[in-house]
Amino acid sequence: MRGLLLAALCALLWGSAASEEGRKSGYLFMSPQTQAMQDDEATGPAALWLLEGEALFDRGCARCHTAAGMKGVAARYPALHKGALLNLEQRINACRVEQQKAPALAYESRELLALASFIGRQSRGLPIAVAPVEPHLEAGRATFHRRQGQLNLSCAQCHDQRWGRKLAGSTIPQGHPTGYPLYRLEWQAVGSLQRRLRNCLTGMRAESYPFGARELVELELYLMMRASGMPLETPAVRP
Amino acid sequence: MARVVVRVPAQAKRGEVIEIRTLAAHPMETGFRRTQLGELIPRDIVRSLVCTYNGVEVFRAELHPAIAANPLIVFTTVATESGTLELHWSGDNGYAATHSAQISVV
Amino acid sequence: MISRRHFLLVLGGFAAAAQAQLDPGRQAQRKAAMEAAVRAVTGGAPVREGKVKLELPPLIDNGNAVPLVVTVESPMSAADHVRAIHVFTERNPQPNVVSAFLGPRAGRARIETRARIADTQTVTAIAQLSDGSFWSDSMHVVVTLSACLEEGLI
Repeated sequence: MRGLLLAALCALLWGSAASEEGRKSGYLFMSPQTQAMQDDEATGPAALWLLEGEALFDRGCARCHTAAGMKGVAARYPALHKGALLNLEQRINACRVEQQKAPALAYESRELLALASFIGRQSRGLPIAVAPVEPHLEAGRATFHRRQGQLNLSCAQCHDQRWGRKLAGSTIPQGHPTGYPLYRLEWQAVGSLQRRLRNCLTGMRAESYPFGARELVELELYLMMRASGMPLETPAVRP
Repeated sequence: MARVVVRVPAQAKRGEVIEIRTLAAHPMETGFRRTQLGELIPRDIVRSLVCTYNGVEVFRAELHPAIAANPLIVFTTVATESGTLELHWSGDNGYAATHSAQISVV
Repeated sequence: MISRRHFLLVLGGFAAAAQAQLDPGRQAQRKAAMEAAVRAVTGGAPVREGKVKLELPPLIDNGNAVPLVVTVESPMSAADHVRAIHVFTERNPQPNVVSAFLGPRAGRARIETRARIADTQTVTAIAQLSDGSFWSDSMHVVVTLSACLEEGLI
C-alpha cells in the first residue's frame, strides 16, 4: 500500500513513467540472453572496464579512499560540489584536480569510464537517491518535456507516454539511468549517460549538447530523480 | 587496460569436467568498416586461443571477424591432474596475450 | 507542429532501414561463400541434422554481441568424441564465425561465445565427430536495429 502511494506521489510530482504498473528498468525490456550478459559480472562485456577501474582506483584514489567507502556515492550523483552541480565523472575529475593535483581525465576516455564504472559498481543494488537541487532539477525537468529537433519530439513523448511500444523494431524503454556507465552493445564499449543522451538527441534530429554541458548534467539530475528508489545496476548492459 | 580475464576453479575433483571462461580485451576490428571518408579500416582481430594443461593442448579455437569485440570464449576440460592451465591468445599485428592458472586436483 | 502523417513516414523510414535486406546478387554471393566454407571443413561429406544444439536468442537486441552456445551430444570418450565445432552464417560479410577443436580431454562438447550477426538470417553449427561424420543444427534469428544511434541512420 505504502509502495503504491509512493509510486503515485512520484508520478504526480515528477510526471514520471510511474504508472499503475510501476517503473521498469531497461533491463526488463531486454532478451534473457542480454540480461545474462549483465548478470555475468566476471566475464560480461563490462568486466574489462571494471578491472581497469579497480587498478586505477588502487593507484590513485586509494591514497585517501577505500572501495568500501565508495558505497552509496554513485547513487547520489549528480550532486552539488562547491556550489556547482556535478555528475559522477565531473566529481571524479574535481577530486583529481583539487586533491591529487592531477589533470582531469577527458570525457568518455577509457580511464574516466573505468573509474566511474568501478566506483558505480560499489553502489550496485542500492536505491538511487539524489537530492532535489534547484533550480537545476526544474531545468532538467523542462528539458525532458521540451519538444526539440527536426522531429519536434520531447523525451517525455517516447519515454513517459509511449514506453513499451515499438520504435524501428526495438521496444521503447522508460529511460531510467539505472546502470551507467554501461556497456552498450551498439557502441561495443562502455559509455556514459551523457553519451547516451547525445545519441537520443541525434536520434530526434536535435543538436546535441557538448559533453559536460550544464543542460546535460541537469537532465541527468532529473532522470535520476525520476528513477528515485530504483536499484542501481552499474555497470549494466544495454542494446 | 586489463588484457585478459580468466575464470578457472582453483580446485576440482579428479575426472570432474570444469568450465573455463575467458575474456580478452580486443576491439576485433572486422575489416569491413569504413571511416567517415569511406576508407576501409583494416582487419585487426584475435585469430586463435589455445589452452594447454601441463603443456598438452586440450583446446583450440580459431576466431573470425564475426566474433564480438572483447572476445568471450568458454569451454570445458577434464580435471585430470594438479598443475598449470595456460591460455595463449594470438592475432593480427603481433597481438599476443598469455595467462596461467594453477589448479589443484584432488 | 509535425503532422501525424509525416511522423509515421519518418518512422516508416526507420523501420525500412532497420529491416534492410541485402540485394539478391549479394545474398547469393554470400550464400555461395558459406557453402564453400562448409565444404572446406567437410570435404563434401554429407552433413546430417542432429546431435548438435545451437542456442541463440531468436530475436536479437543488437547484432554486435549475440550470446551463442553450441552443445553436442557425445560421450567424449577416446573412441567416440567431438573433434571440432564450426559455426557459419549465410549473410555476414564473411561466413565463418568460430572453429573450436576439442577431443576427449574436453569432457563435454560445449562452447560459448558472443558473435556478430549482421542481419536477419540462418546461423549453422556443424560438428565433426571422431568417426569422421558431420552433424549440424541451424537456427533462424531476427536482428533488430537499435534506435537513437550516434550518427543517426543515414
